[in-house]
Amino acid sequence: MTTEFKLNLGANPFHWDPDKWRDFYFKIAEESCYDEIHVGEMVCAKRFPTFHKQIDEVVERIQSCGKKPILSTLALIISNGEINVNRKLVEKAVKNNITIEANDNSAMHLLNGVEHVIGYLVNTYNESTFDLYAKGGATRICLPPELPRKSIKAISENKKSTAELEVFVFGRLPLAIATRCYHARHYKLPKEDCKLICIKDPDGMSVETVDYEEFLVANGLQTMSFTCANLINEIADLKNIGATSFRISPHSFDMIAIAKQFRMVIDEQISPNEATAKLKEICNIPFSNGFYYGIEGHKLQL
Amino acid sequence: MMELVCPAGTPASLKVAVDAGADSVYCGFRNETNARNFPGLNFSTKEMEEGIAYANANGSKVLVAINTFPTAGNEQLWRDHIDIVARCKAHAVILCDISLLEYARTKHPELRRHLSVQASASNPDSINWYVNTFGVSRVVLPRVMAMDQIAYINEHTTAELETFVYGGLCVMAEGRCSLSSYATGKSPNMQGVCSPASHVEYIEEGSELVSKLGEFTINRFGKTEPAGYPTLCKGRFVTGDEEENISYLFEDPISLNVSEMLPNFAKAGVKALKIEGRQRSKAYVKAVVQAFKQAVQEVENGETPTLDLTALSEGQRETQGAFKKGWK
Repeated sequence: MTTEFKLNLGANPFHWDPDKWRDFYFKIAEESCYDEIHVGEMVCAKRFPTFHKQIDEVVERIQSCGKKPILSTLALIISNGEINVNRKLVEKAVKNNITIEANDNSAMHLLNGVEHVIGYLVNTYNESTFDLYAKGGATRICLPPELPRKSIKAISENKKSTAELEVFVFGRLPLAIATRCYHARHYKLPKEDCKLICIKDPDGMSVETVDYEEFLVANGLQTMSFTCANLINEIADLKNIGATSFRISPHSFDMIAIAKQFRMVIDEQISPNEATAKLKEICNIPFSNGFYYGIEGHKLQL
Repeated sequence: MMELVCPAGTPASLKVAVDAGADSVYCGFRNETNARNFPGLNFSTKEMEEGIAYANANGSKVLVAINTFPTAGNEQLWRDHIDIVARCKAHAVILCDISLLEYARTKHPELRRHLSVQASASNPDSINWYVNTFGVSRVVLPRVMAMDQIAYINEHTTAELETFVYGGLCVMAEGRCSLSSYATGKSPNMQGVCSPASHVEYIEEGSELVSKLGEFTINRFGKTEPAGYPTLCKGRFVTGDEEENISYLFEDPISLNVSEMLPNFAKAGVKALKIEGRQRSKAYVKAVVQAFKQAVQEVENGETPTLDLTALSEGQRETQGAFKKGWK
């Protein structure tokens, strides 16, 4: 039997208008070739209430389109409110048989023995950690984007569990998360009264050096790369070293077309060069793949 | 009385801290098992053995930090060092990786396990999972938490809580930051370094001094401005679309000092106070241990602590960080 390679869409890390968010996922559910689709709020608990009604609709739509929805949790959980949101989300999902993606260890006690996904914001750096999470019920584990090829290969070779090994292959890189909101700071708003101003930047707010070099983007509490990670050239290699799933992270541009290019490269229907040319037409952010080669993450090794 | 946990970057600093009355000293090995893997710092196996023996004989405890995430395919290096810590009879090992916690729990159940700040355990659900699954006795809390949140955690867990009170301030959730590797290829989680000196450059341009990390400008200093080290998150950046919007977006070049709030930590149920600074000098370690030791005693006596640390901050500005209203 040949391995079935999955292409999955991550939860949208940015804050969009709730209806735009819903329509984006409806279209993804209906028209895209993603296998599993993550929805939910990973970055900021304050965004969650604005679209929690839409989440149920989207989950239903994904299911009715024959795809698998996954509910993603917050990554940094501190306040009572955040703790309660997280518990309720996980309890409800477990009750309704919806798979959870854990982006923090806070829900592990509720997920023990229940099928779930470990997200890329959880620190799975080695094979023993991979196996421990799998033992707890994880059936797919997405490795942190900072892991180099050497580590991905070693995990794949040395792990004992059969959980799917997923790699982050496309999208701005999540680099850090804090309790401070950099959007609120930029707009000189107190965090408690931030007016969810991060809605202004559907792909993040530019953070340049004082010499006006493009460097990072701010996404509320999260800091991301300016460049867009793109491992389309490495897909064949990733398949060889044992990756079985590929994660794409949402942006405001055409994520259905992005999926199509990746799917065709995974299925060896087109060359990575052909796909790269198309990806450049769709996404005008410069690409990077440095983390894969164990060098500076912002670099692009050709 | 709250326990004072003091930094020791070298065997000499360890001795100084013990002699100055540190309740506990934390330190690590001279390799990538240590999140302070800086040149010229840390302990060989023999030095660790001697340091622990010295502390044990003089009434101090040694907490050994093995607080990076083991490299895939090379996990044995990290495990071997846990074996060394157990053999040397250290008081505890400070870990963040769950596979190492599991290893320590099964191979050395008698060795106390502390959860490193690098594990980013920031609420009772997460902390209790570590307590119940890996038998963690103490948790070092992230520097991004406020006092009421610490008190809440204390009410909902059996783990002892340790908090940072002085020294370097990580503004991002610790253990979840790859900013350094994005700019330099070297990360806290894997190589135990952040914004490493090997990738730092200072360039004079006219009347300005430019500090760079890798290829990126982190700051530009005018003639009269003190030039700080280009730690990525303490740099000056331009945000949004307006060219004039230049700020210390993430955090000012500033260090943490919450010494005035020591009584509040006691009330919140904090068991141990941690001082950052394994890269600092012996003189610094001695002064800071003495000053905090006295302050903790004053808190115990119900007095307001009188702490004068101005000589130690080396002209750097200080903040109460997440404990200050409006910081977020």
